Amino acid sequence: MELSDLQDIARKERESQKPIRVRCCTAAGCLSSQGQAVKSALDEAVAANGLEDRVQVIGVGCMGLCSEGPLVQVDPAGTLYERVEPRQCASIVAALDGGDADANVGDTTRPFFTRQVAVVLENSGRIDPERIESYIAADGYHALHTVLHDMTPAQVVETIIAAGLRGRGGAGYPTGLKWATVAKTEADRKFVVVNADEGDPGAFMDRSVLESDPHRILEGMAIAAYAVGASQGYVYVRGEYPLAISRLQTAIRQARRMGLLGTQVFESPFNFRVDIRIGAGAFVCGEETALIRSIEGHRGVPRPRPPYPAASGLFGCPTLINNVETYANIAPILRKGAEWFASIGTEKSKGTKVFALAGKITNTGLIEVPMGTPLRTIVEEMGGGVPDGGTVKAVQTGGPSGGCIPQSALDTPVDYESLAQVGSIMGSGGMIVMDEQDNMVEVARFFMEFCMDESCGKCVPCRAGTVQIHRLLTKIRDRRATDEDLATLRTLCEMVKQTSLCGLGQSAPNPVLSTLRYFPEDYRALIGAPSEPSANGAAPRTA
Amino acid sequence: MESTVVAREKPRAAGGAKQHPSGDNRFKMLEATMKRHQYQADALIEVLHTAQELFGYLEEDLLIYVAHSLKVPPSRVFGVATFYHFFSLKPKGLHTCVVCMGTACYVKGAANVVTAIETMAGVRSGETTGDGKLSLLTARCLGACGIAPAVVLDGAVTGRQTPDTVTQLVKGWLE
Repeated sequence: MELSDLQDIARKERESQKPIRVRCCTAAGCLSSQGQAVKSALDEAVAANGLEDRVQVIGVGCMGLCSEGPLVQVDPAGTLYERVEPRQCASIVAALDGGDADANVGDTTRPFFTRQVAVVLENSGRIDPERIESYIAADGYHALHTVLHDMTPAQVVETIIAAGLRGRGGAGYPTGLKWATVAKTEADRKFVVVNADEGDPGAFMDRSVLESDPHRILEGMAIAAYAVGASQGYVYVRGEYPLAISRLQTAIRQARRMGLLGTQVFESPFNFRVDIRIGAGAFVCGEETALIRSIEGHRGVPRPRPPYPAASGLFGCPTLINNVETYANIAPILRKGAEWFASIGTEKSKGTKVFALAGKITNTGLIEVPMGTPLRTIVEEMGGGVPDGGTVKAVQTGGPSGGCIPQSALDTPVDYESLAQVGSIMGSGGMIVMDEQDNMVEVARFFMEFCMDESCGKCVPCRAGTVQIHRLLTKIRDRRATDEDLATLRTLCEMVKQTSLCGLGQSAPNPVLSTLRYFPEDYRALIGAPSEPSANGAAPRTA
Repeated sequence: MESTVVAREKPRAAGGAKQHPSGDNRFKMLEATMKRHQYQADALIEVLHTAQELFGYLEEDLLIYVAHSLKVPPSRVFGVATFYHFFSLKPKGLHTCVVCMGTACYVKGAANVVTAIETMAGVRSGETTGDGKLSLLTARCLGACGIAPAVVLDGAVTGRQTPDTVTQLVKGWLE
């Protein structure tokens, strides 16, 4: 495979495109609301009308607005159909040359779509994730070719540093710096690992990227491997994501067959092999040292750092670990340049961030916005606020490691520093909206139950501390707690935060601390003289 | 002891997958997976995934068999199998109902769905009914937050469920 071959594939793919293209979402969300049946019905309708030479039905990845799925969009007209039922497909096909179809037409001019800036999701919902040609026609693998033939590994690392990309897994460590550390370490064997163990409840960006555009991750990995000097990569993906796994397997097979993975990639001396490792349901495996243990076939138990994986990781070798979304940013940065990337976002947080918007919100789904976009814009404008005229009580970001941001802080811009200032974190990008019906003690207890179950048990603060915090929260919920318990809860939270071994324990108290800080009335209402509990178990709000 | 029998018949390097003494063909497929990973210990989790897929759950003999084949102590195999939620050491019911308890599903009432099934089927979350017809399980997050609350019924993900809709569906299984 050489550049001319790649261009040939792209040209042929573009030429074979038919004048009218009907894109049908086949990502997990839409598939579970009859997406496959809709696609089959569209295929049948096209065949029945003898339109095969003019119309093409394409199964694509996530189009973002999951709550209105299954989604179907027609090119070049751009008409978006929502909540499509198989019986409506005949009329959609009949309306391709103009006229109205018997299906809900979505408004593509609403802020949900227009406020987005697509970098990571640029191909999502546009290309067929199961065909490598579709990715190549969207400029795929061109960056890898450029890197292998026109750049030194050091230049690649410099480009990533200049772009200012920070890790999208949550902590926001500068990606270029991490790459430079692994590149500098002398070793015979090095590894690159994709952390696709998206365990945060309420987050589904990684899933969506893998299901919608798997080749982008492989290309990002290959570029990273070249830059740091690795020849073997692993994708550690959640077992709960069977569709993502199967599309990734397909992608690896296709790339290998074309010589874009394996030995002598693009006829260069660079060799790169990728294997998938399937997770088995342990939240702690999202922590990098635990993830490494799991790839090695052990219990996913973290170990103290340093040494960091960059120095001693998988099988004791230097290992580069990044999140799915981080790798997804790599190819566009090399294609369009570091300055282009650095021009998006804020001074310290460059680029865009993908959020999974869910909970009590009108438009549920996946959005990508420039860093620094105010939370209010995301929740109220793009998300359409709480359905049925309810009001936002809190926005939970970062899952069990994050915190609840109150309504009063909705003007906070989403970037790493600002979110930390209001006691939450970016996390991997889950964003759950809660309304007045949600009691924050219950929410904190829900997250603590999660952390208690998921604690690996290696260190005492996390193993015993989460259990005690959970007990205290239960006691508060059941109106058996005193002011003293509340004080103990605070102390315990601080202790677990400061003394736990890994990120799980260190961040487990965050939902409790942030709800204590912003919603003390929810706690106070449950302390003291027992009163009648309300019908839904939630506390009546004190005046 | 069965385990020593297994140990003596070490996997051969060539000549296809060997036959398990029980004659159960599923062992052949398990062997094939182990062979693909060259019987390396770091493939343990992959092998357990395959084993559970083939046999439905990981019974003790199966774990011992894997331990011997990969030459790792049974304690490590047990340790790994019990550490990860995905692996089950007990047989599952004829039908399975998995309720997603991710945050999005939770705030949209997934807990009420679980309670409704528990009451209707007389089974607790994580357990199987006495007649072996239904296993009720909960998942940490399926990543299908857009259609919350999500419930997986015999492998098919369904969205926007209510206590009523799910109990209706599950009731059919129990009759």
